[in-house]
Amino acid sequence: MINYILRRLVTAALLIVAVSMVTFAIFFLIPKAANADPAEMYVGKTATAREVEATRIKLGLDKPIYVQYGQFVKGLVAGRDYDSGPSVTHCSAPCFGYSFRTDREVWPLLLDRLPVTISLALGAAVLWLAGGVAGGVISALKRGKLADRAVMIIALAGVSLPVYFTGLVFQSLFVHQWKIFKGGEYVNFVDDPLGWANKLFLAWVSLALLFAATYARLTRATMLETLGEDYIRTARAKGLKERVVIGKHAMRAVLTPIVTIFGLDLGTLLGGAILTERVFSLPGIGKLSVDAVTQKDLPIILGATLFASFFIVMANLIVDVLYAVIDPRVRLS
Amino acid sequence: MSSSLLTDVNPSRGGSGSQPAESFLDVRDLRIHFNTDDGVVKAVDGLTFQLERGQTLGIVGESGSGKSVTSLGILGLHRRGSAKISGEVWLDGEELIGASPERVRLLRGAKMSMIFQDPLTAMHPYYTIGAQIIEAYRVHHKVSKAEARKRAIEMLDRVGIPQPQRRVDDYPHQFSGGMRQRAMIAMSLVNNPQLLIADEPTTALDVTVQAQILDLIRDLQSEFNSAVIIITHDLGVVAEVADDILVMYGGKCVEQTTAEAIFRRPEHPYAWGLLSSMPRVDREVRERLVPIKGNPPSLINLPSGCSFHPRCPYTQRNGIPCKTVEPTLAEGTPEHGVACHIPPADRTAIFKSDIAPNL
Repeated sequence: MINYILRRLVTAALLIVAVSMVTFAIFFLIPKAANADPAEMYVGKTATAREVEATRIKLGLDKPIYVQYGQFVKGLVAGRDYDSGPSVTHCSAPCFGYSFRTDREVWPLLLDRLPVTISLALGAAVLWLAGGVAGGVISALKRGKLADRAVMIIALAGVSLPVYFTGLVFQSLFVHQWKIFKGGEYVNFVDDPLGWANKLFLAWVSLALLFAATYARLTRATMLETLGEDYIRTARAKGLKERVVIGKHAMRAVLTPIVTIFGLDLGTLLGGAILTERVFSLPGIGKLSVDAVTQKDLPIILGATLFASFFIVMANLIVDVLYAVIDPRVRLS
Repeated sequence: MSSSLLTDVNPSRGGSGSQPAESFLDVRDLRIHFNTDDGVVKAVDGLTFQLERGQTLGIVGESGSGKSVTSLGILGLHRRGSAKISGEVWLDGEELIGASPERVRLLRGAKMSMIFQDPLTAMHPYYTIGAQIIEAYRVHHKVSKAEARKRAIEMLDRVGIPQPQRRVDDYPHQFSGGMRQRAMIAMSLVNNPQLLIADEPTTALDVTVQAQILDLIRDLQSEFNSAVIIITHDLGVVAEVADDILVMYGGKCVEQTTAEAIFRRPEHPYAWGLLSSMPRVDREVRERLVPIKGNPPSLINLPSGCSFHPRCPYTQRNGIPCKTVEPTLAEGTPEHGVACHIPPADRTAIFKSDIAPNL
């Protein structure tokens, strides 16, 4: 088991290194392809040639790309100093550099936005996991009956309607028409838990609807398949109550694929739910990345991308470990 | 039947309406039909047999002849929605078909129990062998986990698993095929069932392990004086363990007698076919085994009259009504039921002249 986890950890680390290389290469190549100069983007169009040159040296943009990558990695791990001759700016680890637009460090910016994204992702995850799995189980147990049809129609609607539609409809109905929820600014959980939940609830539901559909379908299909397994018949032959047969023996098998996609979905969402954050004007990582893209703020794009891929790789790692916990057969191979 | 020498230890406690059974297990006119989109599948259609404690009944037939459906029906494992079940199943004086599902659940795994065919798929892959046996014990006994665990280890030891204290925490995939089947048997026997149904218990095993498993079932049977039903398509298996044999074809019983009689003087052409297609190592090797021509019938559209007639080499002899009239077991004798229109004297003659020399 320890061996298994160690092997996964190494794989995860290698993946992150690979992702950082690719993203860094893109960061370097995109300006070139667009015939733009990062140094110029940093100091602004009104700067003199000498200022641009000084910035180039300060950011290390005059060095070959592998040296730049080395510096970037060093910044991530140990922090780095930007030396422009007279003044030295220290950027402590993990250093993603400075925003081209605001000249602020990227890392604190990301950390600032993270609570919003986590709040959104976790809240929605709880809803879709509970709703999707429960719906799927009901659907499977009542196959062909009214309850099954109802769940599947809701699931189909959920997966077909985009967030910018459901989100806007929800907002116009529940916020503006019926005034059940108030709109307004995002507030931190620690400052005002109720206000936090109030602001996020519709976003949770809109996002959860999108995912719950997949979970309901997957749960239904796996449950139906599992109910046909011989070991379910054995469980019944032991004289177990039907509740135990379904709740323990069948659910254990149904859980496996659910855990897999749940980990991946959550990991992806922690990198920012771009559409949902925009529709509900939540200042999360998704919104930060979109703004960075429109403003060509390369360090933020690079930082947000790496941040998101870190979550996805971590989610993969956790899923792999959970897999071994759930399915003893995985531990051997 | 030969098993009539045993009378019930407990006097019948009686159930509802119909007369209570005299035998330990008394199945009367059992019918199990499934409604499908293509029509009604008559998987079991009017099966009647008795079984006493300490006796073993072998149910033999091809795939799809209704063997397994019968056993699942006795245990009440068919979904009431999809299967239409009629007839009576009396177990120790208690009728099961009309009983409440909850009552049957309490008997299941305790008084009557089943060994399934393929223990790799029949055991839950995510739970240890021990956990599965402990669970089976605790459904029917109010004991602590520690006590149940002791019982599980004891059972594993009984079925011949080495180092049971250690192996009890293994998962099914860590056991070999034969070991898994032993574990399955340990799980089925953990509550000392009085009726044990073994559905193809040795099909997935190699021959040496097969013999060990059959010995094991026989030993445990004599210890608890349980009634055993062995379901198989392998005549070699029933020859070894069964007292009585019931040959099924197309959801019905076509021949019913002692194991001795089935091998010495089988009377139904289908039984002849089964015997002729069985390899023998104690005789000279013949050119080829003789298969039964054709395929098992569709249970939705059974052939008219005798459902074996399209495959029977002796059909329509001397104008007997094979295609129109359905034969019953009464064509034979009470001790040797044969559902075949061929006159008894002719059956004996055909067997002696055509079949026996080639076996």
